[in-house]
Amino acid sequence: MQFSRKRKVFSSAQVEYGHCLQLYGQPPLENITLAEFETFAVERLKLLKTVENLGVSFVKGSEDYQKKLSSEITNLNFPYKTEANDDRKQLTGPTEYEKRRKDHISHFILRLAYCQTEDLRRWFIQQEMDLFRHRFSDLPPKYKTEFLHRNDLQYDTISPDEKEGLMEKLVSSTYTVSGATVKEQDFYKVPFQDALDLVRLRKVFLRQGYAYIPHQDIVTIVLNDFRTRLSKALALTARSLPVVQSDERLQPLLSHLSHAYVGQDYSIQKNIGKVSLEQIDPLSAKSFPLCMRQLHRALREQHHLRHGGRMQYGLFLKGIGLTLDQALQFWRAEFVKGKVDADKFDKAYAYSIRHMFGKEGKRTDYTPYSCMKVILSNPPSQGDYQGCPFRHSDPELLKQKLQSYKVSQAGILQILELVKGMHYQLACQKYFELTHNIEDAGFSLNHPNQYFAESQRLLTGGKEVKREADAPPPRGGQSVRAPDALQDKPANPKQASAEITEDLDSLFQDD
Amino acid sequence: MTTCNYDPASLPDLLPLYYRRLFPFSQYYRWLNYGGVTKNYFQNREFSFTLRDDIYVRYQSFSNQSELEKEMHKLNPYKIDIGAVYSHRPNQHSTVKSGTFQALEKELVFDIDMTDYDDVRSCCSAADICSKCWTLMTIAIRILDRALRVDFGFRHCLWVYSGRRGVHCWVCDDSARRLPVAARSAVCEYLSLVKGGEETVKKVQLSDPLHPFIKESLAVVEHYFTQYAVLGQDILGSREWGSSMGLNSVAQVRKDLLSYFQTEKNPVKRWERLKTLVNQRRSTSKKGVHAEKEIMLQYCYPRLDVNVSKGVNHLLKSPFSVHPKTGRISVPIDLRELDKFDPFEVPTVSLICEELDHSKREEDDEEAKENEKAAGERRRIRDYKRTSLAKYIKVFDNFLDGLERSRRGELLQKSDLQKDF
Repeated sequence: MQFSRKRKVFSSAQVEYGHCLQLYGQPPLENITLAEFETFAVERLKLLKTVENLGVSFVKGSEDYQKKLSSEITNLNFPYKTEANDDRKQLTGPTEYEKRRKDHISHFILRLAYCQTEDLRRWFIQQEMDLFRHRFSDLPPKYKTEFLHRNDLQYDTISPDEKEGLMEKLVSSTYTVSGATVKEQDFYKVPFQDALDLVRLRKVFLRQGYAYIPHQDIVTIVLNDFRTRLSKALALTARSLPVVQSDERLQPLLSHLSHAYVGQDYSIQKNIGKVSLEQIDPLSAKSFPLCMRQLHRALREQHHLRHGGRMQYGLFLKGIGLTLDQALQFWRAEFVKGKVDADKFDKAYAYSIRHMFGKEGKRTDYTPYSCMKVILSNPPSQGDYQGCPFRHSDPELLKQKLQSYKVSQAGILQILELVKGMHYQLACQKYFELTHNIEDAGFSLNHPNQYFAESQRLLTGGKEVKREADAPPPRGGQSVRAPDALQDKPANPKQASAEITEDLDSLFQDD
Repeated sequence: MTTCNYDPASLPDLLPLYYRRLFPFSQYYRWLNYGGVTKNYFQNREFSFTLRDDIYVRYQSFSNQSELEKEMHKLNPYKIDIGAVYSHRPNQHSTVKSGTFQALEKELVFDIDMTDYDDVRSCCSAADICSKCWTLMTIAIRILDRALRVDFGFRHCLWVYSGRRGVHCWVCDDSARRLPVAARSAVCEYLSLVKGGEETVKKVQLSDPLHPFIKESLAVVEHYFTQYAVLGQDILGSREWGSSMGLNSVAQVRKDLLSYFQTEKNPVKRWERLKTLVNQRRSTSKKGVHAEKEIMLQYCYPRLDVNVSKGVNHLLKSPFSVHPKTGRISVPIDLRELDKFDPFEVPTVSLICEELDHSKREEDDEEAKENEKAAGERRRIRDYKRTSLAKYIKVFDNFLDGLERSRRGELLQKSDLQKDF
């Protein structure tokens, strides 16, 4: 495919960018310099990282979210709802054409870096989709229509008669739509599979497998198209990747880019064997985040946890350094106090513990759950104690719990305020600060194991902390990673990587 | 019926007879072969067996009906689970390159388990059920079946009693079997109204406007609510009624009710009073206007085990498998007779084996005359017809006929299209 050759062969055929938003159908065919390759990649990564961070701290689509994201897009010189076809030379800064070109090329570079594993692809698609949604939603109606035409996106509309007949149902299944606006706007009828985001939230009327989507929500279907295309394209890109990787200038760069995305995943077993089983009780009170403390307590009281809870807590324990043997001993000792005898434990539960450690089944060494995963993808149901206490508890119960853990009244109010604004990770970070008696945690929390590591560092490594206080504030493990990763690389392309490392480092310093 | 008590210890003796004489293999194969339209659809299907002493064997697969039969006669599994249709034969999964062995299709399944209702039923807990709380399953089936058919347009939903404390649903439409994980999880979320674990008391939160799906579901709950919840479970009689219903947010209502309950002991009147009070608030305040609806849903709305539904490769207990603890057969439920379905009337493996024995003695002579080989299959059909399993197999047959009809319709359509050229 073109990827391997694009910097060598093709003449700088000017691509037409007719619209500030694109579906990235065609890869760029021009030559670019290595330097440009790097800058583009790093700046888009920075943009996507912002998209991710904002998505955690703010409600997607809220005013703050929109404002912050728009300003980041503008700062990084990506195209943003400007007048179409504006090719005038501005007094300062790049032209609209240059911005669109950058949008185009940088997207394709990151495809190369993020097509390699399922995890990377998922992350990339998620951020690109959020970015696309934001950019599309902010377009004036005229440009939205133009975008649809330009990309040949057509959807079936329903007849006025059909609309009349369904009026009441359409009104009550679509937020912020009144009878009058239903009359005015077009409704599209698509298979429900094409509008999953609306189906999931029950924000659309469904009948006989079709979703009835008002024009105002058309972004959902467009986005679905975008996702389908991107996901297919990534799979294709992955196939042609070996060619790209044989280029020794690009390979380290790309792998470095892809390493930068989530920060630490806490799967590296450097802590292994550092915790004894007797320490878990005291540690759970001192250094466990609330979610794990809750699970630990439930386990001690019930002598049992259901699957979701065992996964979340078991992998966390693995992350803080329990060995497989310790884990088996730990779970068995607790379960046999309840209704499960040792024999049943060995038959029904030991497998799943070994599985967690990659000793059974497809032998994946599972990584501990991040906050995102805990908050979004493993919600508790009846009989469960897992999830994020800030997200999944009644505020009243949360308040009582915090009181019982001796959090000050003022602190509780602050936390509840954050919870109300749906800033669950910030709430947890506030809890960290309050329980560790510090003003500013100095890291941005995104992983229960990070909470634990930071807490241990504060509580046991007093000296270290002091010393580092003079240097720029530590950034929760993330900034440490980049130089580490560099050292494993072959010597050859070191220079290119060194530059990019600096950029990436700074990328994670600001929030 | 009650005369035939099931003893788990007898299972090893009964299973061989059950699989040899009664298990409806031909229907079972007809189901999972789906008309043989897709190549290797049956061959690439995962079965997994639980054998004696909880020995669990995964990734079993079979070339055809007789291979499946032979293996089941040999192993006499305590429990049978059905998994996905894979890219390769599951029994050869270790021979293909890792990463290429993938789950491609499976019925969209739902698993509803009575234990998930423990906080809202006072009659039983954990694995126990009684005819009182079984109403919850009836409500669940009514609500979900309607939504799957009317909202999602699926036509082939097979509802099956799990054999102990819950029900399963197998949505078998072509489009359902092909749904990717993301779509399955979106369907589940659309269908889930009760949310939260042990740290959430108020598990249903409604906001205006009420989606048509919620209104339809409420209509179903309303039909059963007074009889089941207000009278049967006496939900307003327990001491903690106020907090367990999440009425804390509407303190005034709670206070008024408290004084009303001092004198009024009739549960129905108590419930009417609660509704009136909540309705009165509607004109004055926005908060808690759906309180009574939220209570109804919290107590009665189906609680799904979403993990079972989301994963394509998730296993689910097969219809006609025996429940090893209760001995009851996992039988299809006839929705036309749903309100009459009684889990305690579902035959146990010991009952049907005994029924078979009785009838067998009578007809043994006649049997001897027949040619052994040709009579094999016919005999098995006659065998189950002599037991109380018959009516459930009839339900299954009807379901399979429906599948067959749509398949024919689609084939016709396809060939019509081709003629257009």
